[in-house]
Amino acid sequence: MTVGIVSYGAYIPRYRIKTEEIAKVWGGDAEILKNGLKVFEKSVPDVDEDAATIAVSAARNAVNRVGLDTQRIGAVYTGSESHPYAVKPTSTIVAEAVGASPDMTAADFEFACKAGSAAVQVCMGLVGSGMIDLGLAIGADVSQGAPNDALEYTAAAGGAAYVIGNKESELIAIIEDTYSFTTDTPDFWRRESQHYPSHGGRFTGDPGYFRHVTSGAKGLLKKMGTKPEDYDYAVFHQPNGKFPERAAQMLGFTKEQIKPGLVVPRLGNTYSGSCLMGIAATLDIAKPGDRIFATAYGSGAGSDAFSIRVTDKIEEFRGKVPTVEELLADPIYLDYGKYAHHKGKINFG
Amino acid sequence: MTVPRFWREQQSRYNLVGSHCKTCGNYYYPIRNLCPECRRDGDMEQYKFKGTGKIVTCTVTHTTSDEFNDLVPYALAIVELDEGAKLTTQIVDEPEKVAIGKRVHSVFRKLGSDGDSGIIYYGTKFELDKE
Ligand SMILES: [Zn+2]
Repeated sequence: MTVGIVSYGAYIPRYRIKTEEIAKVWGGDAEILKNGLKVFEKSVPDVDEDAATIAVSAARNAVNRVGLDTQRIGAVYTGSESHPYAVKPTSTIVAEAVGASPDMTAADFEFACKAGSAAVQVCMGLVGSGMIDLGLAIGADVSQGAPNDALEYTAAAGGAAYVIGNKESELIAIIEDTYSFTTDTPDFWRRESQHYPSHGGRFTGDPGYFRHVTSGAKGLLKKMGTKPEDYDYAVFHQPNGKFPERAAQMLGFTKEQIKPGLVVPRLGNTYSGSCLMGIAATLDIAKPGDRIFATAYGSGAGSDAFSIRVTDKIEEFRGKVPTVEELLADPIYLDYGKYAHHKGKINFG
Repeated sequence: MTVPRFWREQQSRYNLVGSHCKTCGNYYYPIRNLCPECRRDGDMEQYKFKGTGKIVTCTVTHTTSDEFNDLVPYALAIVELDEGAKLTTQIVDEPEKVAIGKRVHSVFRKLGSDGDSGIIYYGTKFELDKE
């Protein structure tokens, strides 16, 4: 059965902090940091925003884009590593706030930065088997790095939501296939009741991100018999600006192919939202017939690769809800003091 | 507010559900069972507001109870929804930009929480339309 994207929506908070502003506080060299990370500013949630409000905002944009009858939604899965509750699902809040409940199922997903793409895969299975009519898959995070940790320069807030369906006539993009590559790799973790995550320093690159992204991507290309040049665009998980560029190069994708989806220099790493945000930004400019290759990565570790083909239907739903570029435009910049206030209580311990 | 009471009003808070009187055509928020205009002749139905409207009056709060300390300063306004109902709400924009007559739309935000271990309350606030 054909499965794919019926609608999608993104959400990014209005506030940003520049790399220079964080570097100033900690005595870091802003130019070295900017060149090293290729992240120039990152989004910051408002004081009353969290992963649940971001998930709802992204989901409502997805629903409003196509004027969806939300009673058709049979499953809501929210991927995040910053769910507001330790116990109590985010997805029930989303389901109620989009008017999908109660005739449906829901659960929260966790897998570092790829919990959102895992939710997409589960929805593909449920709609593909005919168990449900439509599935709502979301990746949303308000990520935090410990003060003066490398992650503080990139950990950002945002989310993207996808409505997954199986009626070819209503798909704006067909998901041609998906492939995952998963191992037990301790490159990034956070124990229960710890405020900030720990990471394996340099270990996060080669055995974590690069091994899994390239293996996942190569696995899907092999499974489908496609080559990088068969695709118009590509999106790779973007924890910073450098990693996706290098992954693309290793796999034989060009800088032009990844350009529209590479939003991290102006957004930061939205964790579970990261790859899904890149796909959303690419769908915003894609034309019917375009093919998009995407690979999400989650520490711990695993990758989910997708091959997406845009249909004629996409043109019908332009301009109804904000694009990723529109959400990135016109930000309000914060100084470090206000930024700390927006993040809530900072724990230096 | 108690958890059960908030939960009963959740639909109203999450999705701006109020009441519409089919007799006189008036809209009300939150939900009412009896139309104050028509009384026994009223015929009320539940109605989900579009979430668009304009600011009728506003004020900036600089001091508040502990529970809302993270938010100050913030703008409070009476918003008249396009259907005609009025409600009191926080405007999430920078307080100096909030002014009478400006157009607003609804957003989903945290309303508060019962300390660090209690329930988190979510619901509707309003944001200025982009000019
Ligand atoms: Zn009446």
